[in-house]
Amino acid sequence: MVSSSAYLILSAVIFTIGVLGVLVRRNILIMFMSIELMLNAVNLAFVALSRQLGSLDGQVVVFLVMTVAAAEAAVGLAIIICLFRNKKSMNVDDFNLMKW
Amino acid sequence: MELLIFSILALVAVVCSILVISQRSPVASALFLIATMVSLAILFLMLNAAFLATIQIIVYAGAIMVLFLFVIMLLNLRRDEFGPERRKAQRFFAILFVFLLLIGITTVIEVGVFGVKPAETVSEATIPAGVEPLAQLLFTKYLLPFELASVLLLVAIVGAIVMAKRRL
Repeated sequence: MVSSSAYLILSAVIFTIGVLGVLVRRNILIMFMSIELMLNAVNLAFVALSRQLGSLDGQVVVFLVMTVAAAEAAVGLAIIICLFRNKKSMNVDDFNLMKW
Repeated sequence: MELLIFSILALVAVVCSILVISQRSPVASALFLIATMVSLAILFLMLNAAFLATIQIIVYAGAIMVLFLFVIMLLNLRRDEFGPERRKAQRFFAILFVFLLLIGITTVIEVGVFGVKPAETVSEATIPAGVEPLAQLLFTKYLLPFELASVLLLVAIVGAIVMAKRRL
């Protein structure tokens, strides 16, 4: 049986890669995928701790996180389509309408 | 044997997620993201969460990623639209910050700080297998979040249509 801390470390590594993606990349689609990566990493931590504590509550939370992620993907991609239609660009540095 | 499978899956997940953020083209990124999600689904299976593994593949690797690919194809990006990446200094500080973040999280997990105990290595607790115990919990203790999730999905559907439509 692989220890829970191994799963947690793997989850931490994937989460930090997601953070790095948001910080380094300028393409809005890839930044969005990095957010999905972070959500997945947190899901892994929830499932690992659910096994360790012997309770299913963590799995229910993962179920709800997936629902939120699906909603977020639908709305976020609609926003991206709108932005691309108006700005003809995928680079987040071009979306500076609210910058004063 | 289990450790071997875990190591292979962890390696695949980490390498594929690095490739997600380092690929130039969004289509390649999306495909590597699907590979990461599938390997995480197999890790869920190893953690006795068969239902979540199924949902992970159907909803995440299936529905959400198809939506992503659909949008990428719809936008029909050319090479020059990817634009220049950020400056070198910014990249340096981003990597430094992320490295510190990783050290911080690993310290909390392995050593424990501020009275937080480190995660226990192996517990003998077993969680019930199958969908029924999960459904039992979802429809009793977590009924309100479940209903709120359905409202959230409705709002997301309406919001996506309102935004993606040119004229209502």
